[in-house]
Amino acid sequence: MSVSLTVLLMLAPAAASRDTCRDCHAALEGPLAKPAVEFARDVHAHSGFGCASCHGGDPTQEDPALSMSRARGFVGKIVRTAVPRACARCHNDASLMHKFKPQQRVDQLTQYLTSIHGKRLAQGDTAGATCTDCHGAHGILEVRNPQAPTHPLRLPATCGRCHADTRLMARYGLATNQLAEYQASFHWEALSQRRDLSAPGCATCHGNHGATPPEVSSVAAVCGTCHALLEELFRKSVHQPLFATMQRGGCSVCHGHHKVERTSVDMLDGQKSVCAGCHEPGSPGARLAAEMGRRIRELRSALDRSDQILARAARDGMEVSEAVLRQQEGREALVRARVAVHTANLEEVLAWTKQGMAVAHATWQAGQEALRERDRRRMGLGVSLCAIALAIAGLWLKLRSVEASRPGL
Amino acid sequence: MPDNSRRALNFLLGSGIIASLASFLYPVAKFLRPPRVPEAPVNEVRVPGASQITPNTARIVKFGTRPVLLIRVNETKWRAFGATCTHLNCTVQYRSESQQIWCACHNGFYDLNGRVVSGPPPRPLDEFVVRARGDEVVIARRS
Amino acid sequence: MERAMAVQAARRWQGWLEERLGWDRVRMFLAHKEVPVHSGTAWYYFGGITLFLFGIQVATGILLLLYYRPTATEAYESVQFILTRVEFGWLIRSIHSWSANLMVLTAFIHMFSVAFLRGWRRPRELTWLSGILLLGLTLAFGFSGYLLPWNTTAYFATKVGTDLVGSVPLAGPALARFLRGGDEVTGATLTRFFGFHVAVLPALTTALLGLHLALVQRFGISTPPWLESRGDVPQMPFVPNFLLRELMAWYLALGVLGMLAALFPWPLGEKADPFAPAPAGIRPEWYFLAAFYTLKLLPSHIWVLESEQAGLIGLGLLALWWAALPFWGVRPDGHERTRLLTGTGVLLIAWLSTFSVLGYFK
Repeated sequence: MSVSLTVLLMLAPAAASRDTCRDCHAALEGPLAKPAVEFARDVHAHSGFGCASCHGGDPTQEDPALSMSRARGFVGKIVRTAVPRACARCHNDASLMHKFKPQQRVDQLTQYLTSIHGKRLAQGDTAGATCTDCHGAHGILEVRNPQAPTHPLRLPATCGRCHADTRLMARYGLATNQLAEYQASFHWEALSQRRDLSAPGCATCHGNHGATPPEVSSVAAVCGTCHALLEELFRKSVHQPLFATMQRGGCSVCHGHHKVERTSVDMLDGQKSVCAGCHEPGSPGARLAAEMGRRIRELRSALDRSDQILARAARDGMEVSEAVLRQQEGREALVRARVAVHTANLEEVLAWTKQGMAVAHATWQAGQEALRERDRRRMGLGVSLCAIALAIAGLWLKLRSVEASRPGL
Repeated sequence: MPDNSRRALNFLLGSGIIASLASFLYPVAKFLRPPRVPEAPVNEVRVPGASQITPNTARIVKFGTRPVLLIRVNETKWRAFGATCTHLNCTVQYRSESQQIWCACHNGFYDLNGRVVSGPPPRPLDEFVVRARGDEVVIARRS
Repeated sequence: MERAMAVQAARRWQGWLEERLGWDRVRMFLAHKEVPVHSGTAWYYFGGITLFLFGIQVATGILLLLYYRPTATEAYESVQFILTRVEFGWLIRSIHSWSANLMVLTAFIHMFSVAFLRGWRRPRELTWLSGILLLGLTLAFGFSGYLLPWNTTAYFATKVGTDLVGSVPLAGPALARFLRGGDEVTGATLTRFFGFHVAVLPALTTALLGLHLALVQRFGISTPPWLESRGDVPQMPFVPNFLLRELMAWYLALGVLGMLAALFPWPLGEKADPFAPAPAGIRPEWYFLAAFYTLKLLPSHIWVLESEQAGLIGLGLLALWWAALPFWGVRPDGHERTRLLTGTGVLLIAWLSTFSVLGYFK
């Protein structure tokens, strides 16, 4: 069986030019025609594979008894539990994949078997996700194709087909709010609205084939693949060993895991404080957070004040582009101060707020100077208008005296 | 017209005209004096204190309105790139230990040709030409 | 004693120069030059004010030339340099921009006042024609100068403007290519516009202005026909009466200019980026707004022509007709077509003002 299959597999590319499976099924109606129609845009079809490559049988024969003969390897519809191994027949074969996409990984099956999906399927639970659930069965598109269900922009909805289905997930006692929470997150906003394809989706943190929720101890490392500096700072802070002992997951303690929202200084103190979750009001930790919050807010107001005075000067016609540029430095210092919060060390935050305040002070002075220059110009205008008025007065009086003696008007 | 008032009138007229002319000619005279920095640094920027940049370190230099990362690779080799990360516009920095340009915001890495090595940046950094003559270093746009 | 010696020295210098330059004839001419006095005399100042503003343009223009660079990479930065680093650069530049706009305004006022006061009648037809050409040159100065700071509004306004020129039937595309120095607005356009603005147009203007002023001196200031028929119109001597008044008007214009430049400095805008999409609501300068808005309103096809072509032909014919005013304004028997004249003038002013306002707000 496997020998004939291998032979057929080798023949498959050559035989793709004559594919009776497609020809017959395309002429049928209803669900039997769908695979043949969809396969036209499948990436496998473009590489010369046909129906028989997965389903077996003989695509050169018109007689169904021959083309769909078990003797010729026909397996018919592949049962869900057999799908991963069916796909892996090629996709786990490095030398075969090398002929088509030398850089593509060939360990998807290995990864899959470590995942919850793979384990459940191996136990016979047909509800477990298999290859075709995410990639499709017949119209499979490359991940980078925006129409593919595995494209970054569509992947959350694909995962959500099961994971947001309360009836389905009830069987496993799993929550179903992840998709909704993720879609309220800043990451999804970056992905869906700014089209930043580097923003994380489900697979970025959970893995794709080896999909597993990260362990509590590895949350920081997972976030740190992009937010490397923040992970570094967090690891050096007192929180890291503390969270580890408390068995709480690093970054997600304060930022959540799916509903990762835009950060703000309000997370330090006040109504929306995340620090207050552990640090009681008046405790050293709470007071530290409050001080950080105060300094950061102070810097932000100082920068805003400078923005305002520079805008006013610009409106009055003064050229303040250099100071406006300098404000960028101040804004960067603000960002770095907020980043330094992760060290849980006040000195680190203060180092940046001090720098930022110096910039805000300098740009404020520049704005003041611009307004003073504007006033100087207006005074200069006044002076020259007086001189002009004097000249006009002199001309008028001269005119009157001339016309008194020589009436010309 | 009595002679005195005529003289007073002429004086008024004359001084009015002279005062107004002075208020016009004063700005013109100041305009004609070359400013301290004689021209706008548009195509070239001289880097002050370049000799103090040690090998395998970098400095951010202002080029017109944008920041430029000037890297001294070794004693004689310099490179310069636009310091704005092509992902979300953070300012990049130089990592001496790996000789790569790094963006702290989302862990983007660029090599010494400005090309993206890893991370989210979608495009390479803009390259600038660096000319070193002894202690003087000049950064210019690539034409 | 010193005074007498000074006067003698002055007389000697005068005599020396007179022998070589022949000034006496000019002095005699000026001494006899007269200006009619009537209710419309105030309008007579506008020609002189336009000339004065042109002089301001030449002076401030030359000053700006000392620092400006006409290439796409440096133009914007050089203007920024003038505004920030050169002492009183902001003032010279703002005066240049404001004076340009005021000059167009006073030129239009001058033209319409001459039209209504019938200053174009025989034998002053050439004065009128040279004046119309000077108005055209003034608009060309405005259009070419507007691009020079190479900011976003200027770039796109020039793009729209040159595209419209390209719509002129037959000669249009070639003319547009000539103006732009290519198929698109580029640094080549900037350099070319600069050449037009500081060399070609000044040369043409000097020649035409010389003709215009010489003709005005030759024929004197005209008196409106309804006063001529009444008989002896009071006259005032040009020197010193009209001259003093004119100087007052010029000082007044200078004061207004100074106030505008200091209180409402001309903005610099953002540097032009040819690859960025055009910002919404790109309009040409106000003096082109009426024509621009009219062209926008036309239906897409008129007869066999596209709207821009038809519109430009229409505007061109209108301009030609207005230029030919001296020839149809008077009937062969010497009587004026008063109703036609007044009607045309009023309609033209009404069209220009309403459509300019509409074009500004739409």
